[in-house]
Amino acid sequence: MYLTITSTAPAATDLGYLLHKHPDRAQQFDVSAGRAHVFYPEATDERCTVALVLEVDPIDLVRGRRYGGDAFALSQYVNDRPYAASSMLAVAVGKVFRTALAGKCAAKPDLVDRPLPLEIHLPALPSVGGAPMVRQLFEPLGWSVEATPIQLDETVPHWGDSRYVQTRLRGTVMLAQALSHLYVLLPVLDNAKHYWVSTDEVDKLVRAGGGWLADHPERELITRRYLAHQRELVATATSRLAEVDDLAPEALDNAVDGNEEKAPDALPLVARRRQAVLEALRQEGAARVVDLGCGEGALLRELIQDAKFSEVLGVDVSPRALAVAERRLNLNRMPDSQRARLRLMLSSLTYRDERLAGYDAVVLMEVVEHLDPQRLPALEDTVFAQARPRTVIVTTPNVEHNVRYERLAAGTMRHRDHRFEWTRAEFAAWATSVCERTGYVVRYAPIGDIDPTVGPPTQMAVFSRADGTQRMAS
Amino acid sequence: MTELGIPELSLVVLIGASGSGKSTLARDHFAPTEVISSDFCRGLVCDNENDQAATADAFDVLNYIAGKRLAAGRLTVIDATNVQRDARRELVELAKAHDVLPVAIVLDLPEQLCVARTANRPDRDFGAAVVRRQREQLRRSLRGLAKEGFRKVHVLRSVEEVTAATIVREKLLTDFRHEHGPFDVIGDVHGCRSELETLLDTLGYRLSRDEHGRPVDAVHPEGRRLVFVGDLVDRGPDSPGVLRLVMGMVKSGRALCVPGNHENKLVRALGGRQVQVTHGLAETLAQLGEETEQFRSEVAEFCYGLVSHLVLDDGRLVVAHAGLKEAYHGRASGRVRSFALYGDSTGETDEFGLPVRYPWATDYRGHAMVLYGHTPAPEADWVNNTMCLDTGCVFGGKLTALRYPEKDVVSVPAEKVWYEPVKPFPAGEPVPADVRDHDHLDINDVLGKRVVETAHHGRVTIREENAAGALEVMSRFALHPRWLPYLPPAMAPAATSQRPGLLEHPDEAFASYDSIGVTDLICEDKHMGSRATVLVCRDASAAVGRFGATGGESGAVYTRTGRSFFGPDLSEALLDRVRSAIDAAALWEELDTDWILLDGELLPWSAKAEDLLRDQYAAVGAAARAALPAVLDGMQTARGRGVGLDDLLERTRARAANAEAFTAAYRRYCWPTDGLDGVGIAPFQVLATQGRTYHDRDHGWHLQVADRLFAAGPELFRPTRRIRLDTSDAGSVAAGIGWWESLTADGGEGMVVKPFANLTRTRRGIAQPGLKVRGREYLRIIYGPDYTEPQNLARLRDRNVNHKRSLALREYALGLESLERLARREPLWRIHEAVFAVLALESEPVDPRL
Repeated sequence: MYLTITSTAPAATDLGYLLHKHPDRAQQFDVSAGRAHVFYPEATDERCTVALVLEVDPIDLVRGRRYGGDAFALSQYVNDRPYAASSMLAVAVGKVFRTALAGKCAAKPDLVDRPLPLEIHLPALPSVGGAPMVRQLFEPLGWSVEATPIQLDETVPHWGDSRYVQTRLRGTVMLAQALSHLYVLLPVLDNAKHYWVSTDEVDKLVRAGGGWLADHPERELITRRYLAHQRELVATATSRLAEVDDLAPEALDNAVDGNEEKAPDALPLVARRRQAVLEALRQEGAARVVDLGCGEGALLRELIQDAKFSEVLGVDVSPRALAVAERRLNLNRMPDSQRARLRLMLSSLTYRDERLAGYDAVVLMEVVEHLDPQRLPALEDTVFAQARPRTVIVTTPNVEHNVRYERLAAGTMRHRDHRFEWTRAEFAAWATSVCERTGYVVRYAPIGDIDPTVGPPTQMAVFSRADGTQRMAS
Repeated sequence: MTELGIPELSLVVLIGASGSGKSTLARDHFAPTEVISSDFCRGLVCDNENDQAATADAFDVLNYIAGKRLAAGRLTVIDATNVQRDARRELVELAKAHDVLPVAIVLDLPEQLCVARTANRPDRDFGAAVVRRQREQLRRSLRGLAKEGFRKVHVLRSVEEVTAATIVREKLLTDFRHEHGPFDVIGDVHGCRSELETLLDTLGYRLSRDEHGRPVDAVHPEGRRLVFVGDLVDRGPDSPGVLRLVMGMVKSGRALCVPGNHENKLVRALGGRQVQVTHGLAETLAQLGEETEQFRSEVAEFCYGLVSHLVLDDGRLVVAHAGLKEAYHGRASGRVRSFALYGDSTGETDEFGLPVRYPWATDYRGHAMVLYGHTPAPEADWVNNTMCLDTGCVFGGKLTALRYPEKDVVSVPAEKVWYEPVKPFPAGEPVPADVRDHDHLDINDVLGKRVVETAHHGRVTIREENAAGALEVMSRFALHPRWLPYLPPAMAPAATSQRPGLLEHPDEAFASYDSIGVTDLICEDKHMGSRATVLVCRDASAAVGRFGATGGESGAVYTRTGRSFFGPDLSEALLDRVRSAIDAAALWEELDTDWILLDGELLPWSAKAEDLLRDQYAAVGAAARAALPAVLDGMQTARGRGVGLDDLLERTRARAANAEAFTAAYRRYCWPTDGLDGVGIAPFQVLATQGRTYHDRDHGWHLQVADRLFAAGPELFRPTRRIRLDTSDAGSVAAGIGWWESLTADGGEGMVVKPFANLTRTRRGIAQPGLKVRGREYLRIIYGPDYTEPQNLARLRDRNVNHKRSLALREYALGLESLERLARREPLWRIHEAVFAVLALESEPVDPRL
């Protein structure tokens, strides 16, 4: 909500001409997020400082719904937007200093292309990635960066630093360039879920970053973050329950990964896992298949492409995941013949569901590890005792392999919703006991490159009914 | 006058040629909605009652409607010619599919009459030939109707007979709905006469005996009656003695009896049919051989006359030997009788060669209590509102009765092992939950739009979308439903205050109760923590036996969405402390229970919500306290050189102060905890214990219990400060306000105002169980640091508490419902239904700041 730009060029007050704002007057402007004020704490020939304050109306922020996000999120009245140098401040820069940003100055056009010794002060700059990220983004543009992280709460030292960084940028840069750096990089650093982007933001980015973005070493990160935050604006019932329990919506409504940083699973592994499951299904001669915990439908997409799978049922417990699957699979435009083979359905592994009975195979791909261990007997009952297909395929991470993931801290799991990750022996122990109780036999198959010591990244168990026939649905 | 008897629940098929008067007969003797005519259905599908091209579709519709009616247990009359065998076969099958009796009423009227009547109808364009053909088909059918499956066939042959006919609806043989008990329902006796005598004595019956000293009747001083679930005979030492007593009591009207598979076989053996003399039948036949011929024939007649099952007490109780699924209650068909006698078998046999029984009771979701026997088990246990009373007396177990409606189980031990079982009879250990099949919940128990009946607030509707959201949280994050018998309701705030600087004030809460005539109130300190429900069992056997623990857990401590506060080890450590305090306070004995469900608050808030505090509240504080001083600095410098910024500077100063106050406000909610060190629980209500709930006890009582827990375990428990208040006394009200002011002056969260009496009913229904009045400083962490600025407060006052209040009441009623169901030992799915509904309602879009 606050930044100052100081020029120490000779005839420093020329800054006033460049910005089109008189150094001796305080001015105010209405912008979308509230009211912007411009004034000059200093204005001498040696040193001229312009200050931009954005007063964000905290009530309008929530009630006016100007700003996306969920109007019901508890967090919004308690919100950093009125204090942080966020994307909103960038919008104010773009509006209040529009002509300067465009590199125009009718009064003194020759000033425009002249690099000036500038110092920019941002007392509370939100930065996902902290001080290093601020340096990473600004240093390649010719700034010397002084970035000091701000502690969250000095009375609770173990909380550590906040994501806000007290920042000073010093450099000799054309003013228009400096403003465009702020205009683009403030939202990128902020990386806030609150910041949402309309389609013309793409053009804005190209325009504002035109001169320098192409050569920036972090170009890809800048583009991705700038454009990434198109989260749905509607709160789901699940996310509202998170608020009841003082959690962030994502803590419960996390069946759809969104833009979360991906776990260190390499993409090829995801594909290889699907491949392995499909192969196992073909080998077992399954035609009518249930994908239990289908998520966004990646496996469904491949199942439906093979006509040998005559009936495909995608089941998930997350309404949001099913909605995304429906969209991604283009259900509305799917040809009738394919559409007739596919059904999506809301259900839960921990409740009996007779609609799951009578299929050839049930796939539980990367599902069991999302259940608390004490709910596994319910899953066993639902799948192995009640639905009782001829084949059950279960894949789950092999925790032994985690040591091969360099980015994964020791002892942490691959996904924050994982309730457990099994060694090969633990997986086998569970599978064997399920077989004993329910009359299945099991074989195992590795997925991914097999490491001689720690085994494959993913393990798969293929269960077959010991009697080989299908019980009539009762 | 001719009486045509038809069973109350039956499919009545009218048979007669066109013009024979079927519609008139139907109109004269049945309600219009009971009659489905093929003409009408033709009209429905093609706008023309006589369009024969639409006949196939019309009969589809007719069958569909009839099927719906029969499924709902409603007598249905089919008004169509039905002269062709194929047409009737479909109807007989339909009746069988719904286990109702098909009845035929044939109108065999003279041909000329039919032709004349048809000719008189302008809309009928077919001639005498059609009528004649129908008559021929009818006459050919007449003799075979009984064979086709019609249980009764009434034939009317003249106009006079039709005119004279009246319809008499007959009760089904199984229908004893008018019998309201009280009953004592007795499990499988199998010839154990002596144990039966002991049991009847224990139950308070006085036996009367014949001249040989043999019991032939028994009378209960309170007029109670016996119901036997069958299998009176075989294997045991004195089957004739048991029969003599039961037959005597049935005859005197002091007992009812359903047949068991053993009686069924005995009838056939006594009737001279070839049966395998196994499973103890030999003993019975030998014993009966000692009796008189007359006794034997009385036995045969008695056993033959027993009806498959009984529906008693307005349909609230069903007794059948092997149990009965809901769709078969009060129905009559071969398969109903077979189910009642033998149960549902999977068709497989186990390693002892005995049939594997399909556990119908685990799927049972009916309202009627079902009592049965047939399958011996060491203990009589509830499974979804059903109980098997066969506790294997003849195998050396015990003979068991259930008092109805009290639901008390009464048993007497077997005097010896009278008969060695084929399969070893298991010892009586508590059954852990992974084999407690009935703990499994069905998706249909929770999904879709649902209506939950509550005792205190009528029907509560759950929208499909909310059920879906709750399903995800319940499945992926909550504890196992068996540890989740209750979720606390949301609490509504008092109406918005108009006082300067305040959003909430006690006045509005007091006035709100006063306006509905509730004057005796209690104000309780609103603890600065998280709402917590604590379920604690006295010992492992209670945890396994009552709640089906599988992993050594002895209870649960959970949040408003059913998530456990802590991991398994810490939970158990916490429960240990709770348990020792309850031990020390001697509450187990006083409340006569081995488990207790407590409502309270777990402190600090940071124990649960540290992420929120750190990532949201502390972050906002940090940003504010970093930015605002810099802004003030810049402004002051600018003003130093004469730039006019007065308003802005003032506003910014105020905001800087607000940011400090905000930071101070959230800091009160966090303190470091290490394991359980620093964790506190402030209980304020006993929700339920074995067999009872406590919303009828006033809050004075509840808080006394809380005080005793605090006294017994001060390192864990926190007391709840409170003040009682009378809204009709101005001094008392002023004291209440002063109390709130002092609580909140130093940043306290505020208070909750409740009717002192607890559950309170007024003319407008149940009163809010509590209204919260939150402190000015606390509300900064709800409405933001600057909410107290006048321009902000003015807008924030515009908030609507009505939806929240209505929601709070519905959730309250559902909470009470789940507790009452828990106390009544209702099946898990019934408890879970109400608990799930609370969670679903919580996902309704309501302003979360209220």
